[in-house]
Amino acid sequence: MMPIGHYLFLSLALFLIGVIGVITRRNVIIVLMSIELILNAVNINLVAFSRYFGDVAGQVFALFIIADAAAEAAVGLGIIIAFFHNRETVLADEMDLLKW
Amino acid sequence: MHSFLLPILNFIHGDGITVLPQMELLLLALGILIFDFLLEKNEKHWNAGLALVGVSASAFGLIMQAKRFNLEHQARPGLPGLPGFQNTVVIDGYSVFFSAIFLAATGLVILLSVRYLDLEREQEGEYYALILLACIGMMFMASGTDLIVMFLGLETMALSFYVLAGYLRREKHSNEAALKYLLLGGFSTAILGYGFSLLYGLTGSTSIWEIGNILDRRSEFVAGLGMADWLLVLSFVTIAAGLFFKVAAVPFHQWAPDVYEGAPTPIAAYISVASKTASFALLVRLFFGVFGRSEPMWQGLVAGVAIASLTWGNLAALTQTNIKRLLAYSSISHVGYILLGLVAANETGLTGMVYYLIAYGFMNIGTFAIVVVLRQRGIIGDELDDLDGLYQRNPAAAVLLLIFMLSLAGVPPTAGFMGKYFVFLALIESHHPALAVFAALCMVPGLYYYFRVVVHAWLKKPGDVPAPVMSNAQAIALGAALFVTLAAGLYPEPFTRLAHYALGIQR
Repeated sequence: MMPIGHYLFLSLALFLIGVIGVITRRNVIIVLMSIELILNAVNINLVAFSRYFGDVAGQVFALFIIADAAAEAAVGLGIIIAFFHNRETVLADEMDLLKW
Repeated sequence: MHSFLLPILNFIHGDGITVLPQMELLLLALGILIFDFLLEKNEKHWNAGLALVGVSASAFGLIMQAKRFNLEHQARPGLPGLPGFQNTVVIDGYSVFFSAIFLAATGLVILLSVRYLDLEREQEGEYYALILLACIGMMFMASGTDLIVMFLGLETMALSFYVLAGYLRREKHSNEAALKYLLLGGFSTAILGYGFSLLYGLTGSTSIWEIGNILDRRSEFVAGLGMADWLLVLSFVTIAAGLFFKVAAVPFHQWAPDVYEGAPTPIAAYISVASKTASFALLVRLFFGVFGRSEPMWQGLVAGVAIASLTWGNLAALTQTNIKRLLAYSSISHVGYILLGLVAANETGLTGMVYYLIAYGFMNIGTFAIVVVLRQRGIIGDELDDLDGLYQRNPAAAVLLLIFMLSLAGVPPTAGFMGKYFVFLALIESHHPALAVFAALCMVPGLYYYFRVVVHAWLKKPGDVPAPVMSNAQAIALGAALFVTLAAGLYPEPFTRLAHYALGIQR
């Protein structure tokens, strides 16, 4: 069995990539993907810890987070489509009707 | 008949009672989605009636919960709460109190929405169903004692709000508000989830009671800063960042003005009041339940965030010309005051926090209600100039606006003053005089920008715009908000008792 630290570093790396993606990317769809990356980092953590403790609660939590990420993607893409209909852009820096 | 009802009654008699108000809301929310198909285009406002039935049914369930908790409490006075579903949810004074606030806010927002949606030509059933679903999520945030339940409650609320913020899908502003709220909100919940996963990794449990116990025991024998302590700090920082985002505290506040401005006004009221209160409910339970032992560690952080919120919220509000944006910055400064109650962390401080949340909720919904009233056919009505001459055009609305502004500014004898009074008292009791003085100084810019609103409404000449008309539902909502704002200012005793009940303080 791999030591738990490896999984922690993997998830931390995914988390950081996600955070950097959210902060630096202009395209809102990529921002949404970066958020999903962070949620995947959460899932890796949960499943690794669940295996480490031999406790099933972490895997249940991970399943819920997968469902939640799917719901968020559905709502998010819906909102992006509504936005695109009116504005014909998906770039974050062109969202300037309301001052950031 | 009896054989059919029996399993339901048994369920309610057992664990079911702990989720009874949520179940009733869910039933009615799904009911609205079906009922919506039976209605003609011009009858859609009946959905609001059904939503109000749901709120009343849920309130009835909540009263049953409170009675059951009182019974158990009398039998065993040391009992902190009545747990259900393997300790994942709990009934205690805290959950009952906050659920009651959410139901009140939901009811008021539904009353405000009917005419607003007619004017926007977007009267649909989904709107009311989503409002009820958001309320379910908030109730789980207040009653959940398991990380999974808390996280899902938060996401149920947040996902409903993303859709509601973009509900006027033909409006560019509404689209943009929803998209910004979604991106920043999704980001913050993902970060919060990362903190939860680390917490699970540190303790091997998702129940906050167990996590709290294990962390308490750990801090007794672990002195140095090892790997696990580093992870504990990381988990605390990510959880705090996620929650500060949800309550819109500086430096995680950027979404609030944009979302309030772009979202439909009743929803802006709902987000600013109910979502913030729910996030505070979750924050206090987590901070004291899980990180209670490391209080000295987080006190400084919370104080810093509170000071930043007070400063930036008050200063940025000075130059706003849009009422909803102004209210957003004012709400950021109110978050600062509420967090100061958490910094004091004594009995008065927590009572002050809860008291402030009641006061804030009703006075803020009242102010937003005035903005909703200003929305007339052909007039958006959310700029300060739209208030000009309100006293001549609609004296009742102008008087109400004056009272809510006095309360927001913290002038006696209003609820806002009492809330601030308790927070200042707690800060002095807990030996933070500098913070108390600073917080009191922060009321000065507040007086300026709240009175700027009043000047527009009372002293400026009205243009040639028609007088805003109040619908009956809006009048009822305004009346309720006015009643609590004045009652909590003039006669605070019942409200402090309510706050003590919520916190489980015996007198």
